[in-house]
Amino acid sequence: MSAQNVRDAVIIGGNRIPFARAHSAYATAGNQDMLTSTLNGLVARFGLQGQQLGTVAAGAVMKHSKNFNLTRESVLGTPLDPKTPAFDVQMACATGMEAIGSLANKIKLGQIDSAIGGGVDSISDAPIVVTDELRGILMEANRAKTLSQRLKALSKIRPAHLAPQAPGVNEPRTGLSMGEHMAITAHAWGITRAEQDELALASHKNLAAAYDRGFFDDLVTPFKGLNRDNNMRADSTLERLGKLSPAFGRDLGEEATMTAANSTALTDGASAVLLGSEEWADAHDLPKLANFIDYEEGAVDFVDGAEGLLMAPAYAAARMLKRNNLRFEDFEYLEIHEAFASTVLAQIKAWESEEFCKNKLGLDSALGTIDRSRLNVNGSSLAAGHPFAATGGRIVASLAKELHGKPGKLGFISVCAAGGQGITAIIEGR
Amino acid sequence: MPKDLYTDFANTGFGRTLTKNLGLPQPARLRRHRPGQPLARGPVVVLGTTEASAALAERMLGWGLDVRRHIGPKEKVAAVVACFDSVSTPAQLSEVVLELGSLLKQLMPSGRVITVFRDPTGTHDPAVRAARSAVQGLTRSTAHEMRAGGTANGIVLADSLDASAPGAAGALRFLLSGRSAFVSGQFISVDTVNGALPQDWDRPLRDQVAVVTGAARGIGASIARVLRRDGASVILVDIPAAGEQLAAVANEVSGTALQLDITTQDAGERILAHATQHYGRLDIVVHNAGITRDKLLANMDDARWNSVIAVNIESQLRMNRAFLASELFNSDAHGGSGMGPRIVSLASTSGIAGNRGQTNYAASKAGVMGMVAATSAQMASRHGTINAVAPGFIETEMTAKIPFATREVARRLNSLNQGGLPVDVAETISFLASPQAGGTSGLTLRVCGQNLVGA
Repeated sequence: MSAQNVRDAVIIGGNRIPFARAHSAYATAGNQDMLTSTLNGLVARFGLQGQQLGTVAAGAVMKHSKNFNLTRESVLGTPLDPKTPAFDVQMACATGMEAIGSLANKIKLGQIDSAIGGGVDSISDAPIVVTDELRGILMEANRAKTLSQRLKALSKIRPAHLAPQAPGVNEPRTGLSMGEHMAITAHAWGITRAEQDELALASHKNLAAAYDRGFFDDLVTPFKGLNRDNNMRADSTLERLGKLSPAFGRDLGEEATMTAANSTALTDGASAVLLGSEEWADAHDLPKLANFIDYEEGAVDFVDGAEGLLMAPAYAAARMLKRNNLRFEDFEYLEIHEAFASTVLAQIKAWESEEFCKNKLGLDSALGTIDRSRLNVNGSSLAAGHPFAATGGRIVASLAKELHGKPGKLGFISVCAAGGQGITAIIEGR
Repeated sequence: MPKDLYTDFANTGFGRTLTKNLGLPQPARLRRHRPGQPLARGPVVVLGTTEASAALAERMLGWGLDVRRHIGPKEKVAAVVACFDSVSTPAQLSEVVLELGSLLKQLMPSGRVITVFRDPTGTHDPAVRAARSAVQGLTRSTAHEMRAGGTANGIVLADSLDASAPGAAGALRFLLSGRSAFVSGQFISVDTVNGALPQDWDRPLRDQVAVVTGAARGIGASIARVLRRDGASVILVDIPAAGEQLAAVANEVSGTALQLDITTQDAGERILAHATQHYGRLDIVVHNAGITRDKLLANMDDARWNSVIAVNIESQLRMNRAFLASELFNSDAHGGSGMGPRIVSLASTSGIAGNRGQTNYAASKAGVMGMVAATSAQMASRHGTINAVAPGFIETEMTAKIPFATREVARRLNSLNQGGLPVDVAETISFLASPQAGGTSGLTLRVCGQNLVGA
């Protein structure tokens, strides 16, 4: 699959901690704790103690300014050789995918032989910011040269200034939450409540079944007493999901379809994926699950409503598939990140739509049909949860494991992100 | 780990006087193995003029020990090796026994008495067998009489085995050393000339690959650490739910963590696949994982009974079938090592003596001993060995939950007047897994400080 003169970037394996609903099991754990623990589990799984890796890239969407060197500091907390460099990445919910994709490229080009890519996010330990007024006063006091100047500055503080500002998850340019944006898109594509609930139910069932058959035994390491994703509801039913009231798009009245169950919960968690060249993997007696073939970033103009906020992967996929001369029928498995059930369904409808593919993607015909039995076969974000930057690593490691032992079979990944962005990727089993 | 405050107190100056005057137990600080430390801290006296006495004395001289045939009445003695391998009637024991007795008061703290004799079951002659069996009795009683952390154990040589066999030297060195600190009143049988002596006695497991189940905590974690210290690469297995601790231990010993429920049907195959992928070989299997679900038999339910049987014995039987069917678990195939594969299983003194409320646990652990005895022949065909270790009262998180008074009694109920440490069990396992233990197979060796239970 890969272009000539570049070597394969091999996915060796992954590790993540179980994902936890915000303010639950990891309420007292910060990003650095979670990322360090995840890396420690990865090091233990593959015996990487004392090894100097090419580089480690990870990131967090919700990040304290004190964690400016989050990934490097986390690496220093592991048994990896401290001479292993690290850097932080951030591309909203696509952070993990961007970290892994860019590292795969470095390996393909021969710049590095090994790497870890991943991400972490904590809603429970999100940075709380002081008001701009208070910050202004504090900075003024900091610049003051005399005590009286300092006191004068500080005397301007009023009780109202002390109210903390919680980090916003609304789109800065529209003021709408991601859910409200998605509700508009879902309505435009005519996505029904029933198909969203079915997708959500399948996510929980598939994830629970994967746990039960031990699929995650070598993908997940427990953390703080949590063994499985605590958002997972293995006993959920369509009846129960059907009783929930809409959470987004309420102004649509009867036509509102998005509930708390078919939308992803806010979650804490971390993930990491070990990558290497073929030679490096062989030299260290490590498994070769799959090759990272290609990835593509995309963005859409959502601000004036020309396209839905979370539809960027539709465009990225079109370019990526064309470059690789592939259609959706060519993929053994598809992993479409379930930001919302309707996100997955809208992307699928777009790719299957002759009209959309011709008019918006500039293609001759639709990109193919998507076999639902190959979609998110081990569950996805609706069940597992979605610690923003950690989702990419979860998907890449799980899909690579599913494709292992099926040489040449292809897997497709789509992850949407805030700001009208997204990433798609292709991996190939070996 | 619970703190043994009594032992701490009894080892202070005042505590020593007080416990002595009141006739209370006097637990000593046991001398435990540290790499690089001398094998013995003083002279080793060899008693008896037999074939074994000559072979073992020569061996010990080769190790640089201060070996004596006779010693002055004032001199301190680190160990006495009493050889009875030529006795053919009980009347012949007296000379060596009385000489041994006269030396006991000269023994240093954590001193050693090691008897050497021929296997009683190797003869049909009533007088010979009586004499050999008598050595067992006198060894056990001597162990009860030892003071200040001293132990007494025996080496049982097969009837026609040359005493210069590596297995005899390996057992002797183990019993002399701090590795056997909590082993007393026990016998190590050496049946064959198999095995090899290591080039470096501090790293006997060099280049070996070992798997330890239940390695996330307690005795299992200690086994992983000791096997690593002794040179092995370690695969650490535990249930997925114990993964966080497992990863921490794996990183500590530079091993690889394998999250796996050993009751899974293909657990053995998955361990083999992991070993193949990461190491290309598998030499040592330590079946340590086990659970307790105590209940009086009258109140026993099927969940408690079945889970203990499934984890503690059925899983081992199933995994062993997989290992024995595999070409990988045949370390002679790697050439040069001079040792075949090793299996060491965790039994328990409960499996020997039984324990109220532990019909399920005792059944499973007695089962382990039976399995080990029966698997010995299969291991022999690949020059390997299988043995069991039966711990007595060991200071772990599990025994820390025993009520204080019960725990205090359990601790003092052995010849060393204290509980053992996880490392004591681990040292014995590492010994049985080593090339120098190649002559010993099918044995259940107790690490219990000569606990009165199940003696």
